[in-house]
Formats: sequence, structure tokens, C-alpha cells
Amino acid sequence: MMTGSAAVPTEPGRQAGLLPRLLPGRIPAEPAGLREHLARHGAPPRCGPDPGGRRQLLAEVERSGLTGRGGAAFPAARKLAAVAAAGHTPVVIANGSEGEPASAKDKVLLAREPHLVLDGAVAAAEIVGAREAVVVVHPAVLAKVAHAAAERRRSRLDRARLRVMAAADGFVAGEATAVVRWVQRGIPTPTPTPPRVSERGLRGHPTLVQNVETLAHLALIARYGAAWFRQIGTNAEPGTMLVTVTGAVRHPGVFEIGIGTPVRDVLGLAGGPSVPLQALLLGGYSGSWADAAAAGPLPFSAEGLAPLGAGPGAGLIAALPGGACRLAETARLAAYLAAESAGQCGPCVFGLAAIAGELAALAHGRPSNLDRLARWLAQADGRGACHHPDGAVRMIRSALAVFSGEAELHATGWCSATSSEAVLTAPRRGAG
Amino acid sequence: MTARTRLRVDPVACDGRGLCAELIPEMIILDDWGFPVIRDADVPTALHALAADAVRLCPRLALHLEAGRRQAG
Amino acid sequence: MNAGPAAASPATATGAQGLWYVSRGSGLVLLVLFSIVIVLGVAARLGSAPRDWPRFAVAELHRTLSLFAVALLGLHAVTAILDPYVTIGWAATVAPFASPYRRMAIGLGTLAVDLGGAVLATSALRTRLGLRAWRAVHWLAYLAWPVAFLHSLTAGGDLVIWWVALVECGSAALVATAVLARLLARRRTGPPAPSWPPRQGRALPPA
Repeated sequence: MMTGSAAVPTEPGRQAGLLPRLLPGRIPAEPAGLREHLARHGAPPRCGPDPGGRRQLLAEVERSGLTGRGGAAFPAARKLAAVAAAGHTPVVIANGSEGEPASAKDKVLLAREPHLVLDGAVAAAEIVGAREAVVVVHPAVLAKVAHAAAERRRSRLDRARLRVMAAADGFVAGEATAVVRWVQRGIPTPTPTPPRVSERGLRGHPTLVQNVETLAHLALIARYGAAWFRQIGTNAEPGTMLVTVTGAVRHPGVFEIGIGTPVRDVLGLAGGPSVPLQALLLGGYSGSWADAAAAGPLPFSAEGLAPLGAGPGAGLIAALPGGACRLAETARLAAYLAAESAGQCGPCVFGLAAIAGELAALAHGRPSNLDRLARWLAQADGRGACHHPDGAVRMIRSALAVFSGEAELHATGWCSATSSEAVLTAPRRGAG
Repeated sequence: MTARTRLRVDPVACDGRGLCAELIPEMIILDDWGFPVIRDADVPTALHALAADAVRLCPRLALHLEAGRRQAG
Repeated sequence: MNAGPAAASPATATGAQGLWYVSRGSGLVLLVLFSIVIVLGVAARLGSAPRDWPRFAVAELHRTLSLFAVALLGLHAVTAILDPYVTIGWAATVAPFASPYRRMAIGLGTLAVDLGGAVLATSALRTRLGLRAWRAVHWLAYLAWPVAFLHSLTAGGDLVIWWVALVECGSAALVATAVLARLLARRRTGPPAPSWPPRQGRALPPA
């Protein structure tokens, strides 16, 4: 799998020197050690416990326009301010759970630049006044991140205490309240909000749950400033983001792009399509489908993709080749999302299961009822404790809209696919 | 902005027992699996007492009456 | 029916016998009432109701009947204590096995009252306590009934009278059935058959 930003012809927003930021240009065998990291980026700036310094750094983050890179794109400064204002010894949780099975960006970032993420976690802790930061990472990169944290402890680099632990398995395990409950009690399922984690989270303390990529950007903003951060990207959505490109492309991998880069250029970073494409899944398995030709020229940003009812989400583009059956792929994803329900809320458990069943019937030429499907989609939307059913409904509604012709064809018992090989795979839940 | 009472269901606590929809069919209907759909959370004054009954009688204590504020504009 | 020893004068004898009969009569009625309360409680939990009965009616009836039974329980205890021919003492209302008269039999009754009192108190404070705490104590009802039943057998007796024996057996059968139904009930593990056409009776749109 390729990583980094391949050399491409200069285009607007991709001027030499602006990229790469997060990921190193070359692909190292081992992640950057502490000394190498400090040599590359300089010492992490400290605002310490001084409230003036903290406010200054927070203001810089606000000027930068940094938004969350975990999928919700919530303004980082607003979240930091809310937790800082909540009082009572807040806690920071760096969320590298990456429950989205097709996404690899957080794992790659943690494996290549753990110190950048840890810098960001410590900086966030300083801003909100926390003494502890818990870093939750995928088991595959746990050793590297723990090693990096140990290095920092030995050098007494940080005032805040860093604790590294493994993330839970599962799609909803990365949701903010689920991460909190996982850290606190080992149960990775969401809890109802109210109360929000920024008010009452880990052990009842105000908790900042921030994606690891967001924290890495924070670490760079603290050093180089808001103006530097805004040199790339768009005005409304500044900075770079990591994107996982997967599916029918020549070199699937994780790439760093300026936000607003045209979709076809992002696909180009991955070597371009390996076969002619019919559709793209944007944002994640609970994102939105889009016609490949329609999406190609659009900027990969919330604003750019809005006309298609899609968004960058957690930074994912999955390319669907022309020969695959769109409805079978959708049905498989729907079954996965239904199985990944935490099982706590009736409308999600029963609704998504029934919806997945109906889609499977549609995909495989059995009798199905699209009116009933639409009714169930409306009943599942927004009726859980978390946004899991909402995401599934969004993905499926976009499929029914973009693939309406195929749905009509299937209703008559025909399918236009030329290959029955599955493209988007979904992991099965392991036992235990 | 005026203070309004709002009816909210906790989806984790709710088990689809259905007493609430029997008591206030004006506000709550059941979906295809027996779980409550609250169409408009604002409780009309005339239904306040019934809403309080529903909150008390919910076997899972999943219904909550809360003071909400109607958004301006 | 076993009566107390013969009284000194006809007037007080009748009064004392009255207390005795009320106490024992109310005891038998209470056994039936609390048995029905348990049946209603299980029905409320399982969501089962007679046709045309809304579920909230079962829940309210369970509550109302139990409160009525508690009131009758007060009468039952007070008349037994006021009875001049047996010395039970007021302490025995709450302290089990504090009665000098038939310590074990009365003590079982007191124990049942203590357990039931906990259920009553927590139900009154249910919204304040939260579901888990309330439910943990409410399960004591399944302990309170057999204790009360044993009390009815030991302090009451009179099984030689056919209708007393019938009431005792009938109540036991009723509660046993309810408990069995409760134990056999399982949580919904999968989606029930979706209701289509919808319950409100709307017709399908034409194909």
C-alpha cells in the first residue's frame, strides 16, 4: 500500500513546499523517533498553565479554522473552548479507533508520525487544562505509539500524562461516547446524549474527544501558526486532510491532500482507476454514493460535494468498477452496518436489520417492496442514541437515488453487472 | 422565547412496551416494531397531565418531560 | 374456626371474637389480593392484557390493587394486635419474631410486611431512584409472597375447612403460573414480523 504524497504536476493548492505536512515525503521503515521528530518540526511550543498563553493558543486554533477530521467536521476551537470552560479537571482522549473498516488514515498516521499526534494531544491538554491524555489506537499500531509515549516520558518532555491503550473492535466503537465508555468500563457502545462528553465524560469529567489527525494538525498549528495552516485548502475548509483511496484504483492507499482538491486528482494520486468506474462511495461506509463521472471534477470538500448530497466524511473514497453490481455492494454494506448496531435502541436494531433484508432481496432478484423500504428508512433515521442509523440511512438513500435505474432493472429480475466479485468487503465480527 | 415543556424518549432505555402510545396517541405513535415516534416534542398545555402520566407509567422510565426553549425566529 | 378462650362476658366476648374474625378473614382476603397483584405485575411486565384492555390499565390496576391491599394489611395487623386474647405487641409490626404469641408464625407475617414495605417505598420513589435500584428491590415481591403464604398456613391454618383450603391452593396455583410465565418470557431477540399493512389500517398504495 502506498502512502505519502506522490510527485504530481503543480496545480492550484498543491504548490511545492505546502505538502506534505502530516505524512513524511519518503516512506520510512520505522516511525520517526523523538529526536528525528524534534529535528524535523522543532520543539513543541508550550503555553503551560498560564491562562493567557492557553487563550492565545486557542485563539490561534480558532483563526486557523481547523475542523475535526473524524467525520463530523466540528470546529476544533469550539470544542476546545467548551471543554476548557466546563471546569473540574478535564480529560483529553485522542481517538484513533477508526471503526470505519475501509479507512486506514489514522492507523497510517499513528504508525508513521506518532509524535505529531502525541504533540497534539499534549497541546490540547494544555489548552483545556487537563493533566491526562488517553490515546486510543488500533491494536496494530499500539506498540509503536506506546514506544513513542515511553520515549517522551523518559525525556520528561510533557507535563501532561500520556496513557496509550488499544481501541475496541467495531464500527460504533469510535463514536465519542463509546470511546469514553470503552476507556472507563471496557464497553465500546454509545451512551445517550444528554449529557454531552464535553460536559460529563470520562469518570464524570468534561472530556475532549478528538480524532488523532485533528490533533496532529493542532500540533503543527501550535508551531507554525494559523496563517501557515490556511495557505492550502479552501477558505471555508482550510488545511490538508488524509484520504484513504480504495477499491478499483491502481495503488490504493492513504494520501494527504489540500482540502478542495478535485476528486479525480485524488484518484490520480492512487494511480487512477484500474478499470472504468461507475460510482464512488464518499466519506465512509455510512457516507454517500455518487456517480463517478459527476463526482470527478468536484472539489473533495464539504462545500464541493454538497451538490451531490455527499461529503468527505472521514476521508474515504471507494471506487466501484463498472462491472460490479451496485445493489449487491449496497446490500452488503447495509448488512454490515445492521450487524454493527450496538443493539441498544429498537429502531436501529430492528429497523436496520429489516432494511438490510429488503436490500438483499432487491439485490438478488427476490420480490421486494420499495415503498416499505422507504418507510423503514424514515423510521430508522434519527431515532437511535447515536448517529449510526442515520449514517446507514444516508448511505442507502443515496444508493437508491444514484442507482435508481439499476433498482428498476432488478425489480424486473435483471442485473447489469458483469462480475459477481465483491469489491467493498466488510469484516465479520470475530467470536469474543 | 417562551419556555415550553418537551417530551423526550431515551432510546436506550425504551423497550417498545407501548404504554405511552396508548396514553397520548395525539403525540406518540408506534413504528412498525412497536417503538414510539414523537412527532412534535412540544407538549400542548391540554396534554400536560397525560404526558406526566405517561412519564410515570413508562415501565422502563424511558420518557422524560423537560423544560425546553422554543427557538427564536 | 379456632377461637380464643371463652371470654368473661358475652359483650366483650363478641367484640373480641369480632377482632379475631376480622383479623383472620382479612388475612384470607389478603392472600387472594396479593396473588392477583402478582398476576397483574407479571402481566404488566410481559405486556399481556385482556382484549381491548390498554396496557396502562393493567399497570394502573396492579398499582391500585396493591395500595388497597396495603390498606387492608393495616387492618389485618392492627386487629390481630388489638385482640385481647393473644399477646403480639406493636413491635411485631416491623420486627420479625418479636411476638411472644406464636413467634414463628407471626414472625413470617412481619417479615412479609418488611419485604413488601421495601417494595412499596421504592415504588413510591421510583423516578427518584432510577430503574435499576427500583427493579432490584421490586424483585423482593417474589420473596414476600411465599413468606406471606407460609404465614397464612402457620398463623392461619384452618385447612380442614374446605373453602379455606381451596383459597390457599388456588392462590398458590395462580402465583405459580404467573412466576412460570415470567421465567419463560424472553427478550425479543430478533425483529418481529413487520406489521404491513400498518397498524393504523392505512391501505397499501396501488401498485
